[in-house]
This record gives sequence, C-alpha cells and structure tokens, in this order.
Amino acid sequence: MIRNAAGRYVPTELNGEKQIPYMGVGKYIPSGTKHAPAIRSNSEFPEDGNKMVSSLKEALQKAGLKDGMTISTHHHFRNGDLLANMIFDIAHELGVKNLRWFPSASFPCHAHLIPYLEDGTITAIEGSMNGPLGKFVSEGKMKSAGMLRSHGGRYQAIQDGEVKIDIAVIGAPTADVFGNANGLHGPSACGLLGFALADSQYADKVIVVTDNLVPFPCIPWQIQGNYVDFTVLVDKLGDPEKIVSGTTQITKSPDRLLLAELTAKFCDAAGIIKDGFSFQAGAGGTSLSVAEYFRAIMRQKGIKARFARGGSNKYLVEMMEEGLVDYILDGQTFDLDGVRSMAQNPNHTWTSPFTSYNYHSKGNFAQFVDVVILGATEVDLGFNANVVTHSDGYLLHGIGGWQNCLFSKTVIIPVPLFRDRIPVVRDEVTTLCGPGELIDVIVTERGIAINPLRKDLIEKTRDSGLPFKTITELKEEAEKICGKPSKPVLQEKIVAGIKWVDGTLIDVVRQVQS
Amino acid sequence: MQRKSSLGNKGEKVRSDCFMELEITESGGLVVDLKSKVSALYGEDIRKTALDMLTYFGIKNALLSIEDSGALPFVLSARLEALVKQLIETEKEFLLPLIEENRYSSFKEKFRFSRLYLPGNSPAMMINAGIHKPHAIILDLEDSVAFDKKEEARYLVRNALRQVDFYGAERMVRINQIPAGLADLKFIIPHNVHLVLVPKCESAAQIVAVETEIGNIKTLTGVDNPVFLMPIIESALGVEKAFEIATSSDNIVAMAIGLEDFTADLGVQRTLSGDESFYARTRLVNACKAAGIQAIDSVFSDVGDMDALHTNVKNSKSLGFEGMGCIHPRQIEIIHKGFSPDPDELEKAKKIVNAFLLASEKGLGVVSLGTKMIDAPVVKRAQKILDLAISLGMISNDWRKEYDAK
Repeated sequence: MIRNAAGRYVPTELNGEKQIPYMGVGKYIPSGTKHAPAIRSNSEFPEDGNKMVSSLKEALQKAGLKDGMTISTHHHFRNGDLLANMIFDIAHELGVKNLRWFPSASFPCHAHLIPYLEDGTITAIEGSMNGPLGKFVSEGKMKSAGMLRSHGGRYQAIQDGEVKIDIAVIGAPTADVFGNANGLHGPSACGLLGFALADSQYADKVIVVTDNLVPFPCIPWQIQGNYVDFTVLVDKLGDPEKIVSGTTQITKSPDRLLLAELTAKFCDAAGIIKDGFSFQAGAGGTSLSVAEYFRAIMRQKGIKARFARGGSNKYLVEMMEEGLVDYILDGQTFDLDGVRSMAQNPNHTWTSPFTSYNYHSKGNFAQFVDVVILGATEVDLGFNANVVTHSDGYLLHGIGGWQNCLFSKTVIIPVPLFRDRIPVVRDEVTTLCGPGELIDVIVTERGIAINPLRKDLIEKTRDSGLPFKTITELKEEAEKICGKPSKPVLQEKIVAGIKWVDGTLIDVVRQVQS
Repeated sequence: MQRKSSLGNKGEKVRSDCFMELEITESGGLVVDLKSKVSALYGEDIRKTALDMLTYFGIKNALLSIEDSGALPFVLSARLEALVKQLIETEKEFLLPLIEENRYSSFKEKFRFSRLYLPGNSPAMMINAGIHKPHAIILDLEDSVAFDKKEEARYLVRNALRQVDFYGAERMVRINQIPAGLADLKFIIPHNVHLVLVPKCESAAQIVAVETEIGNIKTLTGVDNPVFLMPIIESALGVEKAFEIATSSDNIVAMAIGLEDFTADLGVQRTLSGDESFYARTRLVNACKAAGIQAIDSVFSDVGDMDALHTNVKNSKSLGFEGMGCIHPRQIEIIHKGFSPDPDELEKAKKIVNAFLLASEKGLGVVSLGTKMIDAPVVKRAQKILDLAISLGMISNDWRKEYDAK
C-alpha cells in the first residue's frame, strides 16, 4: 500500500494489474502510444456489406467468446436494458467462465447477473455498480475487485489500452446491416450512443444489436459500421418506459427547491449568469430545479446562454426552443422530449465521452462550461467529495461524468446538510472521488461555503446577503443536529478501486462488515 | 399492569422516525435489539441513550426493540419516554437541553403573515421547517394527529420545542379543543412556547380556562415568559362570539378563522371565491380590529395551485386580514409577498421615515411632511413597513443612501 497525493492508501497492484497512485491534478503525464486494434481488410467481410448473423449467440460465438474475455456493454438503455442480461445468459448457457464485464454503467435491472457472479461466469465488473450489484460487491462477494471510472476515464482507459475489450456489444435502437447505428429512432430510442464510441473504435470485435433494422443507409450514423464485425436483429432491446421517462418532473420537495434556489441565487450574485454563459445541470431533482431557476433569471434579464451541457430533458429542450439557449451539447437524453429534440433540432447536438470528457486528449468540452451543478453523497472539510459510497461504506452509485465535470470553471455542489440522521459534511469523506481543489462551492439549506481558494467568488458575493458559512461551521452544525458520528468499521479487503480521470488510483473501497 | 407496548412509525416511507417495542421483564437486565439505517454511524450512541433512559426511569429488566429510520436524538428520546410511560407511572421527565438558539422571545406586534403547520407526530416535517423562514411554526397536537397518537405526539412536540432550531420563527403550538386541550399545556408551557392556538373556540370561558391552567403551570415550574394566545373561530357560534373571545384576555394577540370546520358547521361547500364565508370573515376582522389584535385567515389547502393561492392572499389582505396559515413551505413566499407592502405603501413609508430622520438630524421636535404634521405612531407604523420590506429583501438595509427625497 502506498499513500497517494490525496493522502489515501492505495495498492500498487489490483486484480493483478499494476496501478499508478494518484499524483495530483494534472501531475501524471502519460507516455507511449494509444492502443491499436488489429488492421482488418474488406476481403475478410461479406462482399455485399451485409454483416447480419442469425442470433446474438451466433455473433458471440463467431466473435470467439471464451473464458477470461472482457465483454463491454453500455448504459444508454439505463434501467430498461435487456441486452447485458441476454449476453451473459448466453455465456452461461455456453459454459463460458471467468468473464470480465466492462459496462459504461450498471443499473438495478442487472441484478439478474448476480447468480453469474456467484457461479464464476463473471468474475469482475469494471464500471459503476448501482444498487443491488453495489451491495453484492460491497459485501465482498465478487471474486475480483471492481474498478470504477468516470465516463471520460472509461474512454481514456480504452484508448490508452488500460482495458482491452475483446468483444463490444452495442445496443442500437436503429441500425442497418452494415452496422451503422443511432439511438434516435425505433421502439428502444434513447437519444445517442456516445458511450459506445470508444468501444467501436478500439475493441477487438464489435457486435451491433438492434430491434429496428432499416435499409442502408442508417442516418445519422452515430456509430460507424466500418468498425463493426457483426450485426444482429433481436425482438426487443429494452423496456421503453425504463429507458427514458415519458416526462421529467421538477421536484416538489420544498427542501430541494430551496437548495436549488440558493444555488441559482449564488450563481447570479457571482456574476455567472450573463449573456453568452454556459451551464451543465444533471437530471437529479435538485439540479433540474436549478436550471428552472436559471431560466427565470435569464428571462428576467433578457439574456441567453451560448450552450448547455446535458443530460437533456424536457426543461432544457424548452429553454432552447424558447430561445434562452443556443445549443445543447448532449451526453445522454433523459426523457422523450430530449430524444425528439435531438432527432429534429440541429442545435441539439450529440457528444461523446471523447469530445466532452477524455483527459488524455488535446482538451475537452467540460473546460468551456462556466458553471456545473453536481451532487455528492458526502463532502469534507477539504472540499473533497464522494459520489460512490454512502457513509456506512456501501458502494451504491457510479461516478458518471461527475469527475470530468470538475474541470468546469465553477463547480457547485448543492447538498442537504444531513440526510435523515447522516451528516453530509464530514471531517473526511469515506471514499474520495474528487479532490477539493476542483470543488468551489458547497450549498446547503443551512448555509453556503465557498472554497477559500476561490477568492474571486468570495469577493464577488460578499454583499449578496446570502447565508455564507465556513465548511467547518457547516460540519459543526450538522453534528450538533445529528450527533457526532462514529467512524464505520470496514474490513481490510479491497472490493473496488476508484480511478481518477487520468487512470491513476485515487482511492479504494473496502468491504463492509456484514 | 400492562407489561408490553409499542409506538412510533416504521415502514418504507418513514424517515427521521423510529418504531419501538418495550417489554418489562422479571429478570435478565436491559436488552436492546436495534435495527437502524444509521447503525454504522450511530448504533452505539442509540444503544447508550436507550440504556441511560431506561435506567433513569428505574427500569432494571426489559427487552427494548428499536426499528430506526434515521431518527434524530430528540425523536428517539421522545418515543422512548412516551413508551416507558405507557407501562409505568412516573412524574419524572427526561428533558434534553433547551438549546441556546431556542431561547429567544416573541412580542405582541410581531408580523404573523405566515404560520406553517407541522403535524405533531411527524418529526421529518419539523426538522427543516425553520429554514423556509415562515413567520411562525405551529406544532399541531389537534387535527393532524390521530386520536390514538395524541399522547406520543405531546412528547415529540415538547422535545421539538427544546431541541429543534426553528431559526427565529415564532414558536406556536395548537392544542386540542378545550377541555381536552388543557392537558396539553404542561408539555409546552415550560419549554418556551411563544403562542398557544386554541381551536374551535366558542366562548370567553374557554380562554379563561386556558389562561388559568397556564398560570398554574407557570407557578409550579417557575417559568415566567409571556405566552400569547390565538383563538381559532371555526363555527357559527364562534363567529357570533368573536368580539367577546377577542377581548377575553390581554394575552390574545391575534385571532384566526378556520374555514373547513366553519363551512361544515354551516352545511355548505367551501368555494374558491369564499362567498359562503364572507360574513364570517368580515365579522372576524372587525372583531379583531375593535379588540386591537391581528386578524388571521384560514389555510389555503390546494398546495399545487400557487396562482389561486396568490389570488386568495390578495382577497384576504383586502378584507383586512394580516396573515394566513400554510400547510406547505412553498406557500410561504407567496403569502409573504401578498401581505407585504405594495410599492405605493412603501414609497409613502420611506417618505415619512425620511422626514422623521431629517427632523431628528436637525434636532427638530416636530416632524412634518409638506404641510402635514406626523404623529409618532404613524412613524412607527411606517418604520414597521420598512423593516418588513427589508426583511423580505424588497429594499436594502441602507435604502436611505439611494433615497432621493423629492
């Protein structure tokens, strides 16, 4: 074990792979060349360009599915995904063992895979583990340690050859026989396929699976068929109502609305909400409402934003259609209005973890965002934040684009001071996901703390009348209400690693006491 | 004697609360079986509190099981004390400290635009009530508490008065209808309650009974902070007796109308326009003004319809009401705006206060505006309007800097 630059003890080897301890923001400079898949020739593929095979099973077999392989899937169908479960049902049926699953994220629907983790079909998951899978991993039941990466970190890991994908299976709401694919149309429409981009470019074998086959050409081709080995038609890829919600609803919780209102007021006081600015707000209850408060302020001032980064939803689409936002640069669509807008409005543009988030490239779009509103399970006195574990040590959430968004110009985390009896502002976060030097403002219902590093923000908002407190005062207030928490007792065994955006190891998650 | 009992709340949707079952046994000492959402952080703390409390009440052998959904300490101890008292007779109380932040007092003329109802047996709603900045919070022991939960709610309300920071809101409790409500008083009077709401009030005698009981409790406990009263008129008879009730005690600072019960008493539907209660409302306003107290309107119960609430507040203000109950924090802002000074009122107030300050700066004893002399109460009322406008963020604290006295 070695103490990394954030003061966390991490191993130099995990799952038999060498690990580079986190060295600080921007300190690790990679060398070498990117991963290169084998050169292929047209002559190895059907002359007529038709790569259809009869079933997913046949495609997996032709792709050479065997013990110990790394299989990748993507989460654009969210909790409505049927594909990952189908793949491992087949692997199990074929008696293939020891697979590593490399999803861009997992959802509660993937609890279906727990028996395969128990019987050795799957031995490792590298990707966010939500809900039941997270609980399974937290309790030390997975054979290997999990590995969590941000969306940008996943692209980086594939590009750098840190994770070599043997077979990438891409669920495509619309595709042609050549493998051109998009997420805009069809019964499983989800908007875009950006999470699968790296896999299509770098995996050894690529399978596109669709439930909506169209004659060539499939327009637009978010995934280019030139990367694809096999195409498959299935009856159904997902449960539409669980892929995107029919309607996104603003929270009715008065406490969350208050947090959102305070956040928007802070942004206004800091001079962030001005003509031509840009913002990113997620789909969580509080973030969504922040955008609504932005909207009211923008209307009142008669200004507009140059762009908004999505997760898009009805409210963001309405803002663009109302003329308050020039462009939506979208990473994933959360409701049907988002899907419709992306299909119809050229200013609603799809992005990928490469364009938006990849740290091992020549810059990315997150750097252009003026203000980003993010969530956290915990923050600490050093403004460090945790998004993956709860305070009792359970790993229940993924990183998503969260780490990547920290490179925006102002990072604001609105959180309740405590949830039930659990203080959110702590001495030290249980798991470190984002270093405090990149986190600027913590907004709670009982006060706002600005990172002392951001003297400019402190100066600009000094006379705003907003309820400012130091982060220490917030922590003390939380403990006064909840009582001083004991430190949860965790086991020695490491159940997951947390990667920083550059592939270094920033922290680990340990097994909980069962 | 009963040996076993249970109380509290549990289930998927329950938050910041707990369920407890206690059985007093013959031997085996004290055994605590704890299932808690927060056991990794507070398990030891909860066990220790439980054992300390049982010991405090002289219980040596018992089985206590707790299903905790993240209850704060004031909730856990209120639940356990109420449970213990279902099984043993004792005069002892287990009082957590009255926190420093809760030692403020109130005053008669305080603005009472909004008062947020908090069901007395629902701790989750109490915890963040103050952050929404209502003028007052009402811990309710009456209609929002089921009959069989009345007793446990009293302990919760008492502990909330001592431990929950309501961030400067006036601290009110609605007791049960008299005479049953008299028994609620000993749970609230010693704990810095500012105002007691007396529901379904129909006579001056009821107010006298409340005053007498409060006096007795004060004598017994030695507390001497003022306790204001707000009768709620909720029947045809109450309306007819409005002035008599309003003048039945010097501690009455406001009187409210409760329209759900009133319309039921009349046997009519409550409508948005409120024609059916027009007489009652104006009669109540008149009685209040005659008695020199604030007139407070009924709650508006459709929490989803903010436009209708806005209209309702405007009507209410135009009839002479000076405040309204609310049942959802999002109603507060609209109610405050509605009862706040409008721009004309504000301009006039600035003019008066400015003239007063100019006169003081010049050492003049008499304040005049143009050819008009201004009396002291007029200045006071104008200053109150400005204070309110400042507290609502309508004008800045140093408005006079920018004020151009034309």
